[in-house]
Amino acid sequence: MNHTKPLTPHHFAPWQDGTSKPLISFSNVSKTYGDFSAIDNVDLKIYPKEFFALLGPSGCGKTTLMRMLAGFEEASTGTIEIDGHNMKGVPANKRPVNMMFQSYALFPHLSVADNLAFGLKRSKMPKSEIDGRVEEMLRLVQLTKFAKRKPHQLSGGQKQRVALARALAKSPKLLLLDEPLGALDKKLRQETQFELVDIQEKTETTFVIVTHDQEEAMTMATRIAVMDHGKLMQVGTPDEIYEAPNSTYIADFIGDISIISGHVQDIENERATIIWDESQTPIRGSFERNVTKGTQAHFAIRPEKIQISKTEPSQGYNKIFGQVEDIAYTGNMSTYFVRLPNQKLITSQMVNDRRISQRSITWEDHVWLSWHDEAGIILAK
Amino acid sequence: MQMNWPRKLLIGIPFLWLLALFLVPFLIILKISLSDPVLAIPPYSPRLDLSNGFEGIITFFSELDFENYIFLSEDSLYWKAYISSIKISAIATFFTLMIGFPLAYAMSNASENWRTPLLMLIILPFWTSFLIRIYSWMGILSNTGLINQLLLWMGVISEPIIILNTNTAVYIGIVYTYLPFMVLPIYATLDRLDGSLLEAAQDLGCTRFSAFWLVTLRLAKPGIAAGCFLVFIPVIGEFVIPSLLGGSRTLMIGKVLWDEFFANRDWPIASAVAVFLLLILLIPIVLFQRNEEKQREHER
Repeated sequence: MNHTKPLTPHHFAPWQDGTSKPLISFSNVSKTYGDFSAIDNVDLKIYPKEFFALLGPSGCGKTTLMRMLAGFEEASTGTIEIDGHNMKGVPANKRPVNMMFQSYALFPHLSVADNLAFGLKRSKMPKSEIDGRVEEMLRLVQLTKFAKRKPHQLSGGQKQRVALARALAKSPKLLLLDEPLGALDKKLRQETQFELVDIQEKTETTFVIVTHDQEEAMTMATRIAVMDHGKLMQVGTPDEIYEAPNSTYIADFIGDISIISGHVQDIENERATIIWDESQTPIRGSFERNVTKGTQAHFAIRPEKIQISKTEPSQGYNKIFGQVEDIAYTGNMSTYFVRLPNQKLITSQMVNDRRISQRSITWEDHVWLSWHDEAGIILAK
Repeated sequence: MQMNWPRKLLIGIPFLWLLALFLVPFLIILKISLSDPVLAIPPYSPRLDLSNGFEGIITFFSELDFENYIFLSEDSLYWKAYISSIKISAIATFFTLMIGFPLAYAMSNASENWRTPLLMLIILPFWTSFLIRIYSWMGILSNTGLINQLLLWMGVISEPIIILNTNTAVYIGIVYTYLPFMVLPIYATLDRLDGSLLEAAQDLGCTRFSAFWLVTLRLAKPGIAAGCFLVFIPVIGEFVIPSLLGGSRTLMIGKVLWDEFFANRDWPIASAVAVFLLLILLIPIVLFQRNEEKQREHER
């Protein structure tokens, strides 16, 4: 997993602060099309200046949720408030919200500058100020030289920036971004991620982004909502979602993970103990609050948190023996696929801090996998 | 660059086609328009006689003159006919647009399942003979026709209103006949219009109406222009509709042309009328080509 996001120097967590006023609040919002339930009873608060990501597979309802904020869809039941105002019946053109479309939706008959001025001309802004604002937006996205070009004369990355600048030109309270990086190639996407965060911080606008790319969400967002079948599965900061998923669905959706299912034998001192295979030692670790003694539970652990060695660790639990079935070498990392005696496959990832010729573990080797108590999490479902 | 034979041949075919079916006939008409009418078969002179060799060709060219064109400019009938044709064509194009645009717009907004059947309905009239359709309109518009019968029966009017053999009937005939030429190009541009552009316009503060005005109409402009040219250009030379639905006071150049050819048997004058008509049409045709090119450039 990519952990390149610079940690914000000051602590920004309005969702933990009971006194913060949310910019957006969904209360019991549902949306149905006939029998199909696109959004299922969503409760969600998003705070000013957040960079909030709606993440999920296609058809999970994330786009519908965003279009409700923009005013292109109405909720079937429940209320949506933006900045304290109920948005029921408020058309898109009357909302303090702008959207950056997945297709960019640049007006092909207008130049870049005219595209940026389009929204301003519909607002109450005096004509004399419009040119200045357009100029400012062009500078923000570094497209000053391209002001007179038509959209079809721009590259994909330039179009993306025009779309962003156009959506920001009216200084909306809330900017919606629908798969903003979806049409860019990989290298450009990574550069643009940081640009987006920069621009968000500079303009102090609240961003809500829809994406199916978990890496994108992890890199940019202050908080992520993972959605599936119209439901919010988990809402949390990227590290919460990654380190403390609340279900195997989330654990599996975000990054690589190994899951071992077993029986909860004991719970004490903030640790649950799972019996899962007679020939192996029990697993002990921190657990999610729904886990109870005597029930089935699932231990989830990331590959990079598992150590691999040829000698048996001294600890009495959290160790597994198996045989190396395959090794994937990716330069800085090596991933070991270890087959357990019960046929289960566990992956362990190690940083290659030595030259490959000195690596001691190879195919068919009998190895021990181990981890410390805090490395994984025990989940109820 | 050396071009191989098959390629030259492939490019050559359309050129040969245009040469044989457009340029050669045009030169013949041009030649006749410069000749004098005589009572003979064919009814004009001089005729190119190659048996006299080079001498013959010289005399042939020396007998050609612009007499007929001078006659055209002197007799006000022709000028009036040209002007009247342009006027009728322009008005008819306007009405066709007023009816065609909403039709095309409705079609492009119809659900996916409905579009193909609607498109078929627009094209369907082409499957019946054009003449039969125009004759049907005579039946509908005449004093004892469907419309008058209906209005009389309903008591809206006490005596039949005269529609047939007036300019109104001509307009009805033209709008009806040329509607598909207006609807199809407009529909094509509207159909390609990205729906998210309208949402973007609304998102940026437009009402539904202003989004339509600022985005839909602007982007449909090439289609509207193409439709207008496709109606305007052929209607100027239209002959069947004005002669069947129009009256003695409907003056259109197509009818004048027909009269000169068949009633007067004055081929040279008729040819001059035709050549001059072509010159007038060159302007909208060039404009139409420009419009098409601009649209292609946009779509690159």
